[in-house]
Amino acid sequence: MIAHLPEWPSRRSVLKTTAAAAAVLMIPVAVRAQDEKTAAGAGKKDVSPFLSWVRIDSAGKVTLLSSRSEMGQGISSALPMVLAEELGVDWKDIQVEQAPTNEKLFGSQGTGGSGSVTASWMPMRQAGAAARQMFIQAAAQKWGVNPADCTVKSAAVWNGGRSINYGELVEAASQLPVPDFSKVALKKPSDFEIIGTVVQRKDIPAKTDGSAQFGIDVRVPGMKYAMVERPAVFGAKVKSFDATAAKAIHGVVDVFEIPSVADVHSCGGVAVVADSTWIAMKARKALKIDWDLGPRASESSESLRKQFRRLVDTPQKVVLNQGDADSVISAAPQAKKVEADYELPFQAHACMEPMNCTVVFRGNGAEAWAPAQGPEWVQGVVAQIGGLKPEQVKVNITLMGGGFGRRYHADFAIEAAQIAKKLAGTPVQLIWSREDDMMHDFYRPASYHRVSGALDDEGKILAWKHRSTSTPIAEWWDPKAPPESSEMGCTLQMPYSMKNYKLEFAPADSGVPRAWWRSVEASFIGFVMESYMDELAHQAGADPLEFRMRHLDAARKVPNALKASDGIPLDCARMRGVLQLAADKAGWGKKLPAGEGLGIACHYSFNSYAANVAHVAVKDGKVRVVRIVSAVDIGTPVAPEGIRAQVESAVVYGLTAALKSQITIENGRSVETNFNKFACLRMDETPRMEVHIVPSELPPTGIGEPGLPPVAPAVMNAVFAATGKRIRRLPVMANDLKA
Amino acid sequence: MIAFEVNGRPQSVDVSPDTPLLWVLRDTLNMTGTKYGCGIAACGCCTVHVNGEAVRSCVAPVSSVAGKKVTTIEGLSPDRSHPLQQAWIAEQAPQCGYCQSGQIMTAAAFLKKTPKPSPAQVDSAMSNNICRCGTAQRIRAAIIRAANMMPANGGAA
Repeated sequence: MIAHLPEWPSRRSVLKTTAAAAAVLMIPVAVRAQDEKTAAGAGKKDVSPFLSWVRIDSAGKVTLLSSRSEMGQGISSALPMVLAEELGVDWKDIQVEQAPTNEKLFGSQGTGGSGSVTASWMPMRQAGAAARQMFIQAAAQKWGVNPADCTVKSAAVWNGGRSINYGELVEAASQLPVPDFSKVALKKPSDFEIIGTVVQRKDIPAKTDGSAQFGIDVRVPGMKYAMVERPAVFGAKVKSFDATAAKAIHGVVDVFEIPSVADVHSCGGVAVVADSTWIAMKARKALKIDWDLGPRASESSESLRKQFRRLVDTPQKVVLNQGDADSVISAAPQAKKVEADYELPFQAHACMEPMNCTVVFRGNGAEAWAPAQGPEWVQGVVAQIGGLKPEQVKVNITLMGGGFGRRYHADFAIEAAQIAKKLAGTPVQLIWSREDDMMHDFYRPASYHRVSGALDDEGKILAWKHRSTSTPIAEWWDPKAPPESSEMGCTLQMPYSMKNYKLEFAPADSGVPRAWWRSVEASFIGFVMESYMDELAHQAGADPLEFRMRHLDAARKVPNALKASDGIPLDCARMRGVLQLAADKAGWGKKLPAGEGLGIACHYSFNSYAANVAHVAVKDGKVRVVRIVSAVDIGTPVAPEGIRAQVESAVVYGLTAALKSQITIENGRSVETNFNKFACLRMDETPRMEVHIVPSELPPTGIGEPGLPPVAPAVMNAVFAATGKRIRRLPVMANDLKA
Repeated sequence: MIAFEVNGRPQSVDVSPDTPLLWVLRDTLNMTGTKYGCGIAACGCCTVHVNGEAVRSCVAPVSSVAGKKVTTIEGLSPDRSHPLQQAWIAEQAPQCGYCQSGQIMTAAAFLKKTPKPSPAQVDSAMSNNICRCGTAQRIRAAIIRAANMMPANGGAA
């Protein structure tokens, strides 16, 4: 079952408790302004200066109250490793508890943007070092020795041959003032004993015997099960419905309509509550609903494609214009020009655990159990439906059966709250079927790109112009921002040197829901930039690796072209580093049999550098990816085995999108409704994967997503090397490669 | 009432006979280790053993298991001692973990029939199980490792 947390005191009283309660030492994990800026959910008001809390009791038990959620990325191991390094304890002895949802106490608790380790790195070390300093001080006082003569090891302070356990020191240490975090002495990277080591993740054993508890596994006494019949057509509404047949089914508790909620983009529908999931499923099928199909019922992928092409045929809003790409390209001789169109479809997240949420309203409060990346959003919507204050809603974050960005949203939580509110006093678990999940995702936007450019006589890029259009995420989730603000990605930090560079963008009109999918816009921007780079290399008669290196000036750091203060400048030397490492490990340049090829691609996203070399074999129009060699530079590698797992995961997710899956729209709805049509990479299609990590002592950056963008371009560049055919539209279709 | 055995214990349930075994396990018996993924036998999350054979419980009506022996992930071993569970941990196979019950149960039934599989046999046996975290490479290694841990006659479970 879900661990129930003790009641946590308010922030003000925590500080008091720290001083007063003799048996517990509590150290806040502070968020520095610059960390919060890179953390997911940044920019929200009322951000707490605390990220998490460390609690050490008189038995010496260390608890990390983590505000980040575990979704398989290994955060429940990586964060305690960082803390343990400075604190001087075995990381495995640190108990990680999911923090209660309390924005005032913990600030933004969202898990995403590949930001958990990045944001926690310095605060977690400072908290550990502060506690270590307090324990040393307490021990030194007790012994009457100089703190400088004391060291820590294995959760104890040592002086010569004698030692005192942390547990015995908690009482004295908790009386001491918490030191200034900016002044505590941190360990030198060369002294690290835990960070950078290969460890066994703590969450794994429970995932081998069925005992790991996901949101869908929550069982609350008296709980009922609910499903919602939603409109298949995006934007459609219930006109009327007849529940007679559904209600006649034994075990059906209630049937009622729930309205759509605009700010979370939940679509509304007819809810069925029953004694079991199966009864709810059966009763739902018995509903007769008359839908108002709304204005989007004729939208299709083909109509969107026509619109895309019309948009890229004419000049669009200029987002960036360095030099004079238009004139340079039109003046260049035909043999030095390259123009190509690239096209990427909608993609579903397809988390293995479909969306679900359990809610109960009791007395003047509510409790929710949610597999969610955004706990405070869940809390907010449950409170909104119940007419409660957020602090009256207790949110329990469960393990997540995949997240990939989908579980940031609150649509499933608000639906659960709407249903539970109607049955106040009864806990209700809302489960989405796979079909619900696939037909009502917030998809990766579809996009279309026309890139043109020219080379000079030395085979260097003279000009590059990228006109793109997509169904922008910003229009749905940040409508006040310009639509291109969510769609440009690394095009605003062009790593390759050139004098003439132009970006244009046009939003396409579409009713298809969209949002953040693993690596967000980098998933399409990376494909376009690195495919086009390969086309230029070919036109220049150059080796694709050498051509990239030719344009990567090791001395150059590239800030965001529109807002230099946005993010961290791209360091071209580090990009060269990952390219070279991947190329060396893959045997770049080696001879391969006919029908096989190597392709290379690199990309910068979430402040991390990633490069892939793909080895493919093409036979009878079918692409088989034999091997993918990845190299990443993400600063200090905290948990190398976890990093390798995340990159392997991103490679497979990227390969599925490049080779197999897409969401097609017809008659205003998704054609793909389940895994029979939304095909995923199978084990027999999974290549040999190797992940190499660039050694570094820089602060760590994200790894949940950056491995993905260079997957599709590396593979399609390899397909070109193998066959001479360019794949510019994803996913690749068998017909694309038939002679 | 429909009677059958789950992990060696007799159970009898009073549900509509068309109810898939998956929902009986999860909602009636509160054994949540077996997961729902697709409902159409396309992903493998719900795999259990019925009389030793791997079965997709999301499409198996509970009436079809009357009088039979069902083994779920909870019953594979009492203490994570099954070679596959040990190998899964050694290879650090799971990420989110949601599909892993079904992966392990599919692998367990496969290894009983094919105690010393080649990598290609593993691929073919496991290719109808979907993992969105992309753990196939580690699962493949874990199955080979488990096979090497087991006695040649097929051994445990």
